[in-house]
Amino acid sequence: MGVALILLLVAVGSVVFHFLSPWWWTPIASNWRYIDDTITMTFWITGAVFVAIVAFMAYCVVRFRHTEGRQAAYQPENKKLEWWLTVGTAIGVGAMLAPGLLVWNQFVTVPADVTEIEVMGQQWRWSYRLPGKDGRLGTTDTRNVSADNPLGLNPNDPNGQDDVVIESGDLHLPIGKPVKVLLRSIDVLHDFYVPEFRAKMDMVPGSVTYFWFTPTRTGTFDVLCAELCGVAHAQMRSTVVVEEEGKYRAWLEKQQTFAELHGQHAIIKATYKVGPE
Amino acid sequence: MVDVPSDVLVAVPPAEVGEVDLYHPKSWWTRYVFSQDAKVIAIQYSITAMSIGMVALVLSWLMRLQLGFPGTFSFIDPSQYLQFITMHGMIMVIYLLTALFLGGFGNYLIPLMLGARDMVFPYVNMVSYWIYLLAVLVLLSTFFVPGGPTGGGWTLYPPQAILSGSPGQEAGIILMLVSLILFIIGFTMGGLNYVVTVLQGRTRGMTLMRMPLTVWGIFTATVMALLAFPALFVASVMLLLDRIFGTSFFMPTLVEMGQLTKYGGGSPLLFQHLFWFFGHPEVYIVALPAFGMVSDLISTHARKNIFGYRMMVWALVAIGALSFVVWAHHMYVSGMNPYFGFFFATTTLIIAIPTAIKVYNWTLTLWRGDIHLTIPMLFALAFIITFVNGGLTGLFLGNVVVDVPLSDTMFVVAHFHMVMGIAPIMVVFGAIYHWYPKVTGRMLNETLGRFHFWVTFLGAYAIFFPMHYLGLLGMPRRYHDIGETAFIPASAHDLNAFMSIAALIVGFAQLVFVFNMIRSLFKGKEAGGNPWNATTLEWQTPQTPPAHGNWGKELPVVYRWAYEYSVPGAERDYSPQNQPPAGLVAQGVHS
Repeated sequence: MGVALILLLVAVGSVVFHFLSPWWWTPIASNWRYIDDTITMTFWITGAVFVAIVAFMAYCVVRFRHTEGRQAAYQPENKKLEWWLTVGTAIGVGAMLAPGLLVWNQFVTVPADVTEIEVMGQQWRWSYRLPGKDGRLGTTDTRNVSADNPLGLNPNDPNGQDDVVIESGDLHLPIGKPVKVLLRSIDVLHDFYVPEFRAKMDMVPGSVTYFWFTPTRTGTFDVLCAELCGVAHAQMRSTVVVEEEGKYRAWLEKQQTFAELHGQHAIIKATYKVGPE
Repeated sequence: MVDVPSDVLVAVPPAEVGEVDLYHPKSWWTRYVFSQDAKVIAIQYSITAMSIGMVALVLSWLMRLQLGFPGTFSFIDPSQYLQFITMHGMIMVIYLLTALFLGGFGNYLIPLMLGARDMVFPYVNMVSYWIYLLAVLVLLSTFFVPGGPTGGGWTLYPPQAILSGSPGQEAGIILMLVSLILFIIGFTMGGLNYVVTVLQGRTRGMTLMRMPLTVWGIFTATVMALLAFPALFVASVMLLLDRIFGTSFFMPTLVEMGQLTKYGGGSPLLFQHLFWFFGHPEVYIVALPAFGMVSDLISTHARKNIFGYRMMVWALVAIGALSFVVWAHHMYVSGMNPYFGFFFATTTLIIAIPTAIKVYNWTLTLWRGDIHLTIPMLFALAFIITFVNGGLTGLFLGNVVVDVPLSDTMFVVAHFHMVMGIAPIMVVFGAIYHWYPKVTGRMLNETLGRFHFWVTFLGAYAIFFPMHYLGLLGMPRRYHDIGETAFIPASAHDLNAFMSIAALIVGFAQLVFVFNMIRSLFKGKEAGGNPWNATTLEWQTPQTPPAHGNWGKELPVVYRWAYEYSVPGAERDYSPQNQPPAGLVAQGVHS
């Protein structure tokens, strides 16, 4: 009896914990509400199954506990029952898989009106690149990475000259505009994770990965690295600021392009070179 | 398909080959140290696995001290934290769980449950243990080499695992890969033994469908291991070559601490595919023996046949086969072609179906049973609860788009601890309380056992259930300190502290268990040959503990399936597998 009670308490306690827990997802700031909805539905289905199975077990422990003279039934199998349980489970599984795959289909289908931006990860900081006035990002190569070209842009590519390069500041985004985040790394695996956006993806050195989303509320959000990348993995942080169009433009005006930065770096190099010989 | 005693003479086919001479030890060394007896080898595997498991347990205490009280323990720095989590994970999954289930329980139970005198290749069996021990020693040596053990995560992903930004790059990662290679060699030898013994070494009358589910579970897991471990083997060799000789199997053009390296052209994703092609079957290699053993625990202690034996066998095989086509659910956000997500999410959720069938059948075995709440039964019940919980959270992570926010968070850590850490460990403990009397001839202490059970079950649940919610919050894994964020409330830190205290308490309970195992060797109640009145063959040996050769002069002959409990009309509430049908004189091995 006591044992059954404790088993039941584990199940019931888990459900109570779920509803009372202050630890829940952070309020969403992107269009991926459907992910949250799928999670909620999954909680309902799996929660019901968990409670049902534990309650059934607890009932058996009480009802069929050994007493003097009790004899267990002898029932090797019950084909009909097993068949129905299989079918029922398949339906439950399908009920979770179907919506999940529909949302995944949206996730992998990038809308036509996205703006492309680039996030570059390296041990252990984040850099950003926005297409400049020409709307195109220039090509890059890890072999171009140097002190005055930390993002490795191809200096011969005219498309890259007007790219806005943010070497160590915050990324700003305009609210309501879908954005395709291109992800790049010059050393190891990283993952650009903003919990409020829900969407994330690893960046893999040697290739360019992506995900897309639309910011839906203004705010300042933490960026965390979500793929182990060495000793300072936990300290690889940044910030994303989502703001109204006007404020975004004002911020964008103040950012420097690759040409300006590259020129500046070149000037600094030249200055140092011309010194006492 | 069920064996029912009948008046008709039950024809048990004569033996297909004559009995092979068993090797006999001639000295103390070959009896107790370099023994070819599977029972001795099993104990060697078990003691080694549990000892290295204690190391991993201590590492987990250090990890929880850091997570619960960041900044308090100055001797734990970020680099060491990564080394702790890597060694903890690798030891627990491979050197403890795989070794204990296959090398420990497999070696002890397979020959006995099949009515054999030993494994079919006893010498290879012995060598497999010493290679395993060597692998363990090489792994332990990484604590003492310059740079310490690798801190690349148990998944050892390149490029970071072999670059200078990760701890243990100097020597730790090399020795880790060497240790894994040795382990795989040893387990291939052992695996061949278990598979061939099951297929060829069964006694007369022991058909495949009369084998206990323990054997089916370990057998299926071993077949999977033989097919999956080669992927880890090649991945380890290739990573070792990348590290030592500068090859670029997995290394693209990359910059290391500001310097362009000589690597180029390789694919980090290739490693992940190889690793997880091994890694996913691996977690089922750990789970399937547990599934098989828990079926026998529930059946014996509820005095009731396992419900749906045939479906249980089918489900084991189906899970084993399906486990080879789900691996990339570990790679949903890896940057692989996103369209793979559709395929792997589908196969991953399909594998839930045979798994659910097993859960239903365990609970339906309890239904209308005669349930004795012995310690093995308590652990079996705890297994069902924690496995259902952990399996259900797997449905969250398997559903590809749901995995996107949850991957690499504490939700994943909570999931795999619940389903692979707690649930199979419940079976390990239940199995030890259940079979200890056969191995030693004595019972484990009841009071200490019940204390161990309740603290471990409830304590471990209290650690890992709330952890899911930290993951939902967005707290990443493999962080030694979450530090300052705008979105994590202060109460989350309190929860971390609570989980750490619970972990230390659960850790203490394991010391009580170890004490019980040692003390009961000398002070435990005499058990007799079959204290649980079980049907399976290992309980029917002429001596307890079984002597060398297990069965005395004549091998047993099997007339029944493994689950004749509470058969209506039978004399007792159990009929051993080698008990002849009424009216038939017991048959010996001579034909």
